[in-house]
Amino acid sequence: MIPVLAAGAAPLQTSLGRPTAASIGFFFAIVVLTLIITYFAARRTKTSSEYYAAGRSVSAAQNGLALAGDYMSAASFLGISGMVALKGYDGMIYATGWLVGWPALMFLVAEPLRNLGKFTFADVVAFRLRQTPVRIAAAFGGIATVLFYTIAQMVGSGSLINLMFGIRYEYAELIVGVVMLLYVLFGGMLATTWVQIIKAVLLLIGVSVLTVLVLAKFGYDPTNLYAAVVREYGQAALEPGGLVSSPVEAVSLGLALMFGLLGLPHILMRFYTVPDAKAARKSVLYATGLIGYFYLIIPVVGFGAAALVGRDFISRVDKGGNMAAPLVAELLAGTPFLGFIAAVAFATILAVVAGLTLAGASAYSHDIYVSVIKKGKATEEEQVRAAKTATVVFGVAAVLLGILFKGQNVAFMVGLAFSIAASANFPALLLSVVWKRFTTMGAVWSIVTGATLSVVMIFLSPTVWGEILGHLDAAGKPLGIIPLKNPAIVSMTAAFVVGIAVSLLSEEKEAQAAFEEEKLRTYLGVGAE
Amino acid sequence: MEVARVTRPADRAGKTAHEVIQSPDFKALVRKRWTVSIALLALLFVTYYGYILLIAADRPLVSQRIGAVTTLAIPLGIGTIVAAWILTGFYVWWANRKYDPEVERLKGQLER
Repeated sequence: MIPVLAAGAAPLQTSLGRPTAASIGFFFAIVVLTLIITYFAARRTKTSSEYYAAGRSVSAAQNGLALAGDYMSAASFLGISGMVALKGYDGMIYATGWLVGWPALMFLVAEPLRNLGKFTFADVVAFRLRQTPVRIAAAFGGIATVLFYTIAQMVGSGSLINLMFGIRYEYAELIVGVVMLLYVLFGGMLATTWVQIIKAVLLLIGVSVLTVLVLAKFGYDPTNLYAAVVREYGQAALEPGGLVSSPVEAVSLGLALMFGLLGLPHILMRFYTVPDAKAARKSVLYATGLIGYFYLIIPVVGFGAAALVGRDFISRVDKGGNMAAPLVAELLAGTPFLGFIAAVAFATILAVVAGLTLAGASAYSHDIYVSVIKKGKATEEEQVRAAKTATVVFGVAAVLLGILFKGQNVAFMVGLAFSIAASANFPALLLSVVWKRFTTMGAVWSIVTGATLSVVMIFLSPTVWGEILGHLDAAGKPLGIIPLKNPAIVSMTAAFVVGIAVSLLSEEKEAQAAFEEEKLRTYLGVGAE
Repeated sequence: MEVARVTRPADRAGKTAHEVIQSPDFKALVRKRWTVSIALLALLFVTYYGYILLIAADRPLVSQRIGAVTTLAIPLGIGTIVAAWILTGFYVWWANRKYDPEVERLKGQLER
C-alpha cells in the first residue's frame, strides 16, 4: 500500500502492487476460460493450414476483433492513458499515429496479401521469385521484427505484472511464457484468435466502462473534464507540447507507425485466417472502427486520471504513468474493478505475446524449414511438427530474453520493430505485388538495406547512442551521431530505391513471365488458397 | 481456331487466363483499383501529416481556444481518427459495390 496526500485533500491509497481476491479471481477466470477454448481448438487443429491459419474459417467480424486484439497491447492501453494523464494533449497526437496505418493497410496490401499468400507475408514476396534467397531474406526481416517487438512486450509485461500484482518479475515472465505457449502449442491459430477476441472484448468493455465512470463525474460533458484538468495543471495540458517539435522527426515517426503496420508479421498473418479477400477487406473495416474507438476514449481515461487521481500520485506509483488507468479505475469503482482492469491488462499481454510467438514460429518453420530446407516437399505431419518445435523454441527464447533484459530501457525496441517492418518487410511486399520487373536480387537487397539501416540508425540515434549509452552534450541533452530518433524516413526510402535500382540491373525473365498468373490471383482471387 | 475465337462476342465464356488479363476490361479494373487506393491514401496523408505538420508549424494556431478551455487541437485530433474511419468505410463501400461485381464478371469469362 502506498498512502500519499493528494492535492492536500484526503489521503489516497491503492491496493495496486499486491494481489487482491478480485484481481486473482478475474485473472483465473480469464485463464480458465481461454484454456477451455484452447482444449476445443486443439481438437480442430491437426493440419498445417489449421495450425497457422485456423483452417481459414474465421469470419470477418471475428478477424476484425482479433486484429484489434493483436494491436491493442498493454503498452497502448496503459502507456497512452498514462501519457495523456502526465503530458496532456501530446498523448492524443501519439494515439492518432497508431491508428492511421489501418486505412493504408486496407488500400495497399490487405486483399493482395490474402489472395497471394498461404501462411506468411514471405509467401507473397516469393510468389514469382527464386524461393531460397527471398524466403531467407523475408524470414530474416520477419523474425527481426517479431523478436524486437517481443522483447519490448516481455520486459514491459514483467514490470507491469509486478506493479499490478506484486508478483516477482521472473515469475511473471514464466507465467506469461507458459500460459501463452499452452494456447499456441495446442490450439494453434484458432485458439490464439479466440484468445485475442476475448481479450479485445474485455478490454473494450473495461475501457468503455471506465470512460463512462469518468464522464459521470463531470456531468457527462467532456468540456467539464477539460476544465478540471486546466484548473489543476494549466491550459498547457490541452495544448501540444514537445512531442511534435521537429517536422522531419514527426513525419519519420508517422511513416514508421503507418507503414510499419503493413510489415508486422503477426498482423499480416491474420489475413490468412479468413476465407477470401472480401472477408479480409471487411475485417480491416471492423478493426479500424474498434481501434479508432479505443484511441478516442483512451484520452478521456487519461485526463480523468489526471483530474481525479492527480499527476503526483500517478507518477509516484510508476514514473512512466503506466498505472494511471488502473488507479482511476480503483478510485471510481473500488478494488473489484481494479482487479478486473488488472486481469484484462494481463490477458492483453498473454494474447499479444501468443500472436507474436505464432508469427515468429511460422517465419522459421514455414519459410525456412518447409520452403528452403525441405524445398516445399514436407508432409503435413513434418510441417506441423516443425511449427510446434519452432513455437516452443520461440516461447522459451521470449522468456529468457525477457529475463535477460530486465530493468533495461527497451522502449526503443518497439520503434525498431516498426522501423524494420516499414523498411525491410513493407517495400518488398508492395513492390512484389505491383511491379512486374521486381527481381529476386531486388527483393533481397531491399530487405537487407531496410533492416540494416534501421538497426544502425537507431543504434546511432539520440535514443540509444545518447540516452542509453550515455553520450550527452554540455547541457545534458542526449546526443546522436545521427540526429533522427526514428529512421523510417531514410531507411524506408532507401529500401524502395535499392529495391528498384537492383531490380533494373538484374532482369529476371521468369519473374516477369509469372506476373500474369500473379495478377490473376491478386485481382480476381483465382487460385487463392 | 484463332478465327473462331475472334468472332465470338466479347463477353463470351471460355477465355484463357492470358486473354482475360490482356483484355481492356481487366486492365481498366486494375487501373481503377489503384486509382481509388492511391486517391484515398493521398487523402489519408493530407489529413494525418497535415495534422502533424500543422502542430509542428503553428503551435499558437492549434493552441487557440474554441470553448472555455477546449483548444482547436482537440477536435483536430478527433477529426483525424474520424477521417480514417470514413476513408476506410468508403473503400469497403466502393469495393463491394463496384469492384466485386466486375471481378465476378471477369471470372465468369475464364474457361473452366
